[in-house]
Amino acid sequence: MAVATTVEDVDRGPLIKPEPPPQNRRNLWVTLVRYRWLFLLLAPGVVYFALFRFWPMYGAQIAFRNYIPFLGIEGSDWVGWDHFENFFTNPDFPRLLGNTLILAALSLFIAFPITIVLALLLNEVRQQVFKRTVQTLVYIPHFLSWTVVVSLTGLLFAVGNGPLWTLLNDVFGSDTNYLANPDWFRPLILLQWVWKNTGWGTIIFLAALAGVDQEQYEAAIIDGAGRWQRVWHITLPSIRSVVVVLLILQTGNILDTGFEQIYLMSNALNRSVADVFDTYVYFTGIQQGAYSYATAVGLAKAIVGLVLIFGTNWLAKRLKQPGIF
Amino acid sequence: MASLTDKRFNTRAGRVFDVVNVVVLSAIGALALLPFLYVLAGSFATELEITTRPFFLWPTEVITDSYRSILSSKIFVRAFVTTIAVTGVGTLVQLTLTALMAYPLSKIDLPGRRTILSLVVFCMVFSAGMIPTFIIVKNLGLLDTYWALILPAAINPFSLIIIKNFFQELPKELEESARIDGANEMRILRSVVAPLSKPVLATFALFYAVGIWNDYMSPLLYLNDQSKWTLQMILRQVTASATLTAEDMNTEVPPPAQGIKFAVVMVATIPVLLAYPFLQKHFAKGMLIGSVKG
Repeated sequence: MAVATTVEDVDRGPLIKPEPPPQNRRNLWVTLVRYRWLFLLLAPGVVYFALFRFWPMYGAQIAFRNYIPFLGIEGSDWVGWDHFENFFTNPDFPRLLGNTLILAALSLFIAFPITIVLALLLNEVRQQVFKRTVQTLVYIPHFLSWTVVVSLTGLLFAVGNGPLWTLLNDVFGSDTNYLANPDWFRPLILLQWVWKNTGWGTIIFLAALAGVDQEQYEAAIIDGAGRWQRVWHITLPSIRSVVVVLLILQTGNILDTGFEQIYLMSNALNRSVADVFDTYVYFTGIQQGAYSYATAVGLAKAIVGLVLIFGTNWLAKRLKQPGIF
Repeated sequence: MASLTDKRFNTRAGRVFDVVNVVVLSAIGALALLPFLYVLAGSFATELEITTRPFFLWPTEVITDSYRSILSSKIFVRAFVTTIAVTGVGTLVQLTLTALMAYPLSKIDLPGRRTILSLVVFCMVFSAGMIPTFIIVKNLGLLDTYWALILPAAINPFSLIIIKNFFQELPKELEESARIDGANEMRILRSVVAPLSKPVLATFALFYAVGIWNDYMSPLLYLNDQSKWTLQMILRQVTASATLTAEDMNTEVPPPAQGIKFAVVMVATIPVLLAYPFLQKHFAKGMLIGSVKG
C-alpha cells in the first residue's frame, strides 16, 4: 500500500525488457521512424513541461541576480547569495518561520489525527448505505474554492448577526470581530482546514482498510479480542504504511501553507500572525516588484522542502517502514 | 462465518458504540452541509431577517432581490459567462494535453520513457515557485489573457501518472488487433484506448474543471485588467467589501448589502455542486485505480 509517486511505483507493466538503445545514427533514424506516432503524441506534453515547469526552474537563477525585466534573465547582474543573506538576516524571517511552522504543527498534530479518527469511525459503521451517505456529505467541502470557504467564514462569524458569532457570544459572552482578531487567526485557519479537507482525507485510509482481510477479525474474535483490541491490533497496523507515507509527504510540504487560504484570510490587523513564506513571496515579489528577492525566498523554501522529503524518506527506510522512493 | 462477523458487534458495549458512532457521524455529516444550507436560506431572505435572525434554514419571507440584483449586474454576468467559457475550454485543453502525453508514456518500450517519467516525478517534489513562473508567463505574452489561467497548470503530474497507469493496464489484445488492421497509434488512442478509459478521463476532466472554476491565485497573479476578472475574483470583491453601491456592480437593481453576499457565494458554488454527483460516481474508483497499489 503506497501512494504512487515514483518511477518504481508507477511502473507496473509486464516486465518486458526495453530494446537496447540505438548504437549509431542509422539506428536512431530507425527508432524515430518506428516510434514516430508516439513521439508526435508526446511532443505537446514535452513542450508543456519544458515551457511551464523547467523554464521557470532555469529562470529561478534570478535569485542570484538583480533581475531587471528589461535586461532579461541572463542579462541581469550576478549578485551571488546577497538576496538569501538579506532574507535570513531580515527581522521578518523569524516571524515568517514561526508562523509557518505553527500552522504546519496544527495541521500535523490536530487535523491529521482528526482525519484518521473519522476514517476509523466510518470503518466501524455496519450500515453501508449510512456510511456512503456520510461519505458523500463530508467530501463536498473539498470541492468548494477557498474563496467560497473564506466567504462562508465571513458570513458565519459576521459581527452582530453571524450564526457562529451569535453562538460564541451567547455561550462565552465573546463579542470580538473574529476575522480581524490576530488571536483567532490560527483557530479559524485550522477550523476551515478541518471542515474542507478532513472528509476527503479519509479516502486513502478507507481504501487501505477495505483491503484488510476479514478473516483476521474473525480469528481475533475466536481468540476473544474485544472491539478496541481489534482496532488496536488489526485496523491500526493495517493503515500504518499509509500513515508513514502521508507523514513523509506532509513533512516535505511543511513550509507550504497553501497560498490562497492564508492570503484570503489575512488582513491589515492580523498580518503579525498571518504572514507566511507563501504570502510573503507574493507581497514582496508581485506587489512590491522585488522579483529576485522573492524568488530567493521561494527557492530557499522549495529546497528545504526537497531536503525534508528525502530526509524523512531515508529515516522511514531506516526504521524499516515503506518509504515513497 | 457471517454470523461470527455479526457477533463481534453484538456485545452490549458494541451496540452502545454503534449508536454513538451513528449519532456522531450524522452530526459530522450535517456540519459539512449546514453552512451551505444557511447561506442558501440567507440568499432568499430579506435584509431585516439576515441582520436580526442569527440562524435559519428557511426564510420567513422568500424574496429573490439578491439574485435579481446580481443578474442585472453587467460585471457579474460577464464574469459568470467568462468563467464558464474558460472552464470549458481549459478543461478540454488540459485533459487533451494530459491524455496525449500519458498514452506514449504507457508504452514500456518507448525510448526515453524513464527519463521523462523521472523528470515528471521531479516536478512533483520541486517547483520553481510563484515568481519565476510569473516571469515566464509574462515573457510568453500571456499576462491579461485567459490562457494564463489554463496553460501554466495544464498537465498535473499526479493526474498524468494515474492516467498513464490506467492506460498501461488496459488489455493489450484490443490494441494489437487494431494494429494488425493497420491502425496507427493516434487511431488506436482515439478509437480503442479513449473509449475504454471514459470513466477515468471523465473523473480527471471534472477535477480539472473544478480546479479552473475554483482557481483564485492565477487570476490574482495574471489578470491585472479588472474587466477580465473571473467569478472567484468578483466573489472576493463582493464578500470582502463592507458596502457595495450600484455603481460598483454596474447594476440596475441596487444590491442588498448582506443578501448579495449570500447570493454570490451560492452562484459560485452551485455549478460545483451540480458536477459533484458525476464526480463522486467516478472519483473513488478513478483515483484508487491509479494512485493506490495494494
